[in-house]
Amino acid sequence: MRFLVFLEHRDGELDRGSLGLLGKAVSLDDGEVASVLVGGPEVDSLAATASRFGAATVYVARGGSFEPPLSQPRVDVIDQIVSTEEFDTVLFSNSVLAADIAAGLAMRRDAGINWDLVDLGLRDGELTATRPALGDSVLVDVGWRSKERVALFRSGTFEPVASGEPAPNVKVVEPVLNDHSQRTSIVGHTPRSEAGPSLEGAEVIVSGGMGLGSAENFFLAEELARVLGGVVGATRAAVYAGWYPHSGQVGQTGRTVAPKLYFALGISGAVQHKVGMQNSKVIVAINKDPTAPIFEFSDLAVVGDVHSVVPRLVELIAERRPS
Amino acid sequence: MKIAVCVKHVPDRRTRIDPVSKRIDRTGSGELNNFDLNAIEEALRTKERIDEPQGTEVVVVSMGPSQADESLRTALGLGADRAILVADDVAVGSDLIATAKVLSVVLEREAPDVVLFGQQTSDGGGALLWAAVAERLRLPVVSQVTELTLADGKLRLSRQTESGDDVIECRLPAVVAVTDAINEPRYASLKGMMGAKRKPLEVLAVEDLRLEAADVGDAGSKTTVLGIKDPPSRADAARIEDEDDAAEAILRFLVDRDLV
Repeated sequence: MRFLVFLEHRDGELDRGSLGLLGKAVSLDDGEVASVLVGGPEVDSLAATASRFGAATVYVARGGSFEPPLSQPRVDVIDQIVSTEEFDTVLFSNSVLAADIAAGLAMRRDAGINWDLVDLGLRDGELTATRPALGDSVLVDVGWRSKERVALFRSGTFEPVASGEPAPNVKVVEPVLNDHSQRTSIVGHTPRSEAGPSLEGAEVIVSGGMGLGSAENFFLAEELARVLGGVVGATRAAVYAGWYPHSGQVGQTGRTVAPKLYFALGISGAVQHKVGMQNSKVIVAINKDPTAPIFEFSDLAVVGDVHSVVPRLVELIAERRPS
Repeated sequence: MKIAVCVKHVPDRRTRIDPVSKRIDRTGSGELNNFDLNAIEEALRTKERIDEPQGTEVVVVSMGPSQADESLRTALGLGADRAILVADDVAVGSDLIATAKVLSVVLEREAPDVVLFGQQTSDGGGALLWAAVAERLRLPVVSQVTELTLADGKLRLSRQTESGDDVIECRLPAVVAVTDAINEPRYASLKGMMGAKRKPLEVLAVEDLRLEAADVGDAGSKTTVLGIKDPPSRADAARIEDEDDAAEAILRFLVDRDLV
C-alpha cells in the first residue's frame, strides 16, 4: 500500500480529521506515509506539523493559483503526485473542499471511491473500509476493485497521533493546471469567525432543537455553552423555524461535528441531525419525550424539561467555575 | 440558455438492503429525492428571472429503474420542460464513477450552460456526484451553494464551507450543487401536473449512449460491498428521569468524566 493523505488546513491550522488519517495510515503500513499540502506560504510551517503526526514526506504546492480553497486546482496537484510517485491510495477527511477534490480525483484517475467511511483496515492483505448506511442502522464493509483507491472519511473519525519531532521532508510540486480548473475564482470571503462560531473545532457544543419552543429560548443553549466554554449549534428544524442562523446547523445538511461533549437540548434525534453529531465523544440529551430517538445514542439520557433543568444546571456549573 | 438538473428517484421510507446483492433494493416504490426539489426550483427561478424565459429550457436528467419516470413526471409537473431517463438493466449496481460516466454522456449531448444538482440524496448515495461529473465533462464545479445569480455570462455563487462563506464567480458552462437553504421549493399546481403528461420524456438505454456495458452497472463499478453488520451500541449509557434533581445528576456525570 502506498498511502497519500490530503491534509486540509483552515486559518493557518491543519484539520484534525486529516491528521488523524495520517496516524491511521501509518498504523496500517510498514512503509512511509506521504501527505500533500496545498495553499499559500503558510504550508511550509504546516509541513513541519504534518511530519510530527506521521508524514514521512510532505508534497507541497503553493502560490497564487493554490491559495483560494477551490477543489479543481487541487485535483490537478494530487493527480500529478499520484501519477509520478505511484501512490495507490489517497485518503481524505470529509469537508466541502475535500469531498469535491476526492470525487474529481477518482474520476480523473478512474479510481474507485468509497465515502462516509468510519474505519479502514486490511483483510487478507486487501484494503477494506466501513461505511454506515440507512441512517446508520447498519454498517457496510466495502472494498475497491481498482488499482488506485480514493477513500473519504467522516471528519473526526481518527484521533491525531503525534510521533516525535522528525525534520520534515518537503517536496515542492509545480503542476500544470487544467483549463477547467481555472474557471472559478473566489471574489469574496466572510470568515467563519464572523459568520458564526466554529462548530468543527469546538470541544463543547450545546445544540437546541424544536423542544426549546422559541427563538428566545435559545438563550438556554447560549448560557449553558457559555459556562461550559462551548459554542451553540442547532437542528435543521430550528434553523428553518428562524430560531438560529444556518451557520450553526449541525447535521446532514449542516456541519458534522465531533466534540468531547455534545449537549442536545429539546432535540428529537432525527437521522438528519444524528449523522452530524454521532461521533461526539460524550452525548448528553435532555428531552421531555421519553421515547425520543436521541436517547438511543446518548451516553446520558435525561427525561425532563429543558426549561427547568438547564437553568439549574447553568447555576451549578457557574458555582464551580466562577466567571 | 439551457439548464440541466440531475435528479434521482430514491426508495421511499421502506428503504431496505437486498440480502443477496447487499445493495439498496430499488425495485419497490419510490419518489423524487427531496433535495433535488431545491435544484429544480433554482433552475425554474433562474429561467423566470431571464428577460426572455421562453428561450430557456430546463431539462431534468436521471439514471435509475424504469419506474423513475414517476419522479421525472413530478419534475415536469413543477415546471421543467423536458426529461431524459437512462433506464437499463445493465446499469443496475452502478457506483459513483459508473453513474457519473452515464450522466456525463447525456449531459455532453445536451450541452447545457448550467448543470444543477441537489446537495445529497435521501438514500445515502452520491453527495459527490457533481464533482465527478464536472471532472468528466471538464467543467468548473462549485458545491454547497446558497445563492445563485446569472449575469454577463457568468455565475455568481455564494457557498458555505467550514471556514466561512465564499462568493465565487464562475464562467459558463458550469456544474453547481445547491443546498436546501437556497430556496423554498414550490408545490406543483394541478394544471402543472396535468401538463406534465404531455411534456417530452425520453427513455434511453446504455447502448444509446456510446458506452460499453463494461463501463456501467456492477461491471463498471470500481467499488464493492463485502458485507453488512450491526453497529456497536453505546456502552454504559445511563438514563435519568427528572424529579427536580436532574441538573445535579448531570453535573455529577460531567464531573466524573472530567468534562467541567
